Amino acid sequence: MTTLSQTDQTPAATHWLRALTEKLPRPNLADSGRQLLLPIIGILLFLGFWHLAAPQVQTSLGAFPGPGAVLEQSGQLWQEHSDQRERAAQFITMQEQRNERILAENPDAEVRIRSYPGAPTFLDQVVTSLGTVLAGFVLATLIAVPLGIVIGLNRHFSAAVNPLIQIFKPVSPLAWLPLVTMVVSATYVSDDPMFEKSFVTSMITVTLCSLWPTLINTSVGVAAVNPDLLNVSKVLRLSFWTHVRKVVLPSSVPMIFTGLRVSLGIAWMVLIAAEMLAQSPGLGKFVWDEFQNGSSQSLSRIMVAVLAIGFIGFLLDRIMLLIQKKVAWNE
Amino acid sequence: MSKPHLELTNVQMAFDTPTGPFVALENVDLKIRKGEFVSLIGHSGCGKSTVLNIVAGLLQATRGGCVLDGHEVDTPGPERAVVFQNHSLMPWLTVYENVELAVQQVFRKTMSKAERRDWILHNLNLVNMGHALDKRPGEISGGMAQRVGIARALAMKPSVLLMDEPFGALDALTRAHLQDSLMEIQQDLNSTVIMITHDVDEAVLLSDRIVMMTNGPAATVGEELYIELPRPRNRVTLADHPEYVRYRQAVLSFLYEKQSFPGKQGAPADEPEAESIDESPDQPSSTFAVHAAPSGRTRAQTELEENA
Ligand SMILES: Nc1ncnc2c1ncn2[C@@H]1O[C@H](COP(=O)(O)OP(=O)(O)OP(=O)(O)O)[C@@H](O)[C@H]1O
Ligand SMILES: [Mg+2]
Repeated sequence: MTTLSQTDQTPAATHWLRALTEKLPRPNLADSGRQLLLPIIGILLFLGFWHLAAPQVQTSLGAFPGPGAVLEQSGQLWQEHSDQRERAAQFITMQEQRNERILAENPDAEVRIRSYPGAPTFLDQVVTSLGTVLAGFVLATLIAVPLGIVIGLNRHFSAAVNPLIQIFKPVSPLAWLPLVTMVVSATYVSDDPMFEKSFVTSMITVTLCSLWPTLINTSVGVAAVNPDLLNVSKVLRLSFWTHVRKVVLPSSVPMIFTGLRVSLGIAWMVLIAAEMLAQSPGLGKFVWDEFQNGSSQSLSRIMVAVLAIGFIGFLLDRIMLLIQKKVAWNE
Repeated sequence: MSKPHLELTNVQMAFDTPTGPFVALENVDLKIRKGEFVSLIGHSGCGKSTVLNIVAGLLQATRGGCVLDGHEVDTPGPERAVVFQNHSLMPWLTVYENVELAVQQVFRKTMSKAERRDWILHNLNLVNMGHALDKRPGEISGGMAQRVGIARALAMKPSVLLMDEPFGALDALTRAHLQDSLMEIQQDLNSTVIMITHDVDEAVLLSDRIVMMTNGPAATVGEELYIELPRPRNRVTLADHPEYVRYRQAVLSFLYEKQSFPGKQGAPADEPEAESIDESPDQPSSTFAVHAAPSGRTRAQTELEENA
């Protein structure tokens, strides 16, 4: 927004800092110690409980993994990733060298470089999932915000679509997925597709499930603009677009952002489920593959994924919060 | 009087409420000359803001109507600028940007960017808010916000300025200062002003005419009092002008004797003008003046007959 003028930079910057290191800088030292201490105690207690309880839970794949096993597996997964990267680099250099040789003999020869055919590692899957969730979330936002504004501005339109929203909002991703898969395979046909079909399917499922909170919050925020400010807009005879840009949108930004944060959380949860079910690449597929694999390490590896999913979800919410603090006028 | 500049004819305003229509105004007739300063005075909830909103075009009268320069008023517009009862600044815009929004809209085509900037600053300085250009409404006091609201309205160079208790939230000194500025501006621009106030002294000092409204529901114009004090007016010299005292008493008598709430006779202490803000020390405060001069009523009537 243009409203953040030069003078606001300093407080905004400190906001960012404070949000990043949220618990750290406090005027009172004893206080800040306690602020940091309690979460640490909580985590340690949880780890202790987990460590003690895990061996008691016996499965067909051995005991439930404790924190140690999980830590070890995460190291392992990282190692696999680095090895894979190294092999991929070698694979590419080999091809390049071969191509050079061919070109030296025959400058007109057609040369190609094939990408490394190895299976995606855990980190590759994380990156894929992040890409998919962001694409789905951005698409949901692009649909939900403008539609929410129209609904909020027009009482009749709102009355017409409200039942639809109420009915579609609680639908689980599992119900959408088969339909989306079928529709995507039927309609998204091209010889050289820009995106994988599985990507499109997961993305659309994410969009369908995550757009509702943003849609509802935007429409409520738009409908709740202070009537006095609407009167100001009328007295000034602002054009429709100026009215939306200068009055309606800024006024609903706080509400819209609350919706966006809920939407992003839902998008992330839905994505993992969709990937598991649709076998589309990503963290969900990683979990599913490990489950099918059923080796003695599978449970630890799944646990690593579970923690990663939780941590990434938390980070995504934090990032949204930072953006909100930067954009919204009431923060 | 020639053809009136602004004319309210036989206005009725009924609001739809869950318990059936509520008639707030009935048979309101008002003719206002170009350049006239009219104060609306009346008890809380009688319908003053409603009258103002009808003139602004924000409300449509259920019967009768409002004509400005021969044109029926049916939509709001910047030529009828409003200072709202609760400042109504956009909380996400700075003080400067709030005024800019209005100036941009009205003078987009007629002023250059630099001219607009000067004009915005000029108006903010006029209300002594030049020091807080980059503050948001949430960071300034209610009185300061109200001043910005006034600057925003003045910056639109309206032909009719509508003000709903514009000085209500201000301290005595600022209030006096702004009243003086308003008198000057109004003289310079010859703009028509309708101002709602609860302050009798303010009404007498500023107005050419005080329109006193009866209590609602179905409120209407009770009495009209023409203030024929010479201009420019000076609050200090006026304070013991015999006419001035007479006008005050006429208004007070209307408010507290003829239109006092049932059961509140003789105890009219809850109205804001009892603050007696810009009175000189030897002036009796408004509240007591009611009882001290019951004859004000007859004088007011004589006054009205003279001016009819
Ligand atoms: N939108 C509305 N719907 C129903 N009743 C309304 C509406 N607006 C105003 N009223 C009623 O009309 C009457 C006049 O209201 P108005 O706001 O004009 O009073 P006022 O004289 O400006 O009071 P105050 O001095 O307290 O500002 C009140 O009784 C109020 O309850
Ligand atoms: Mg009012």
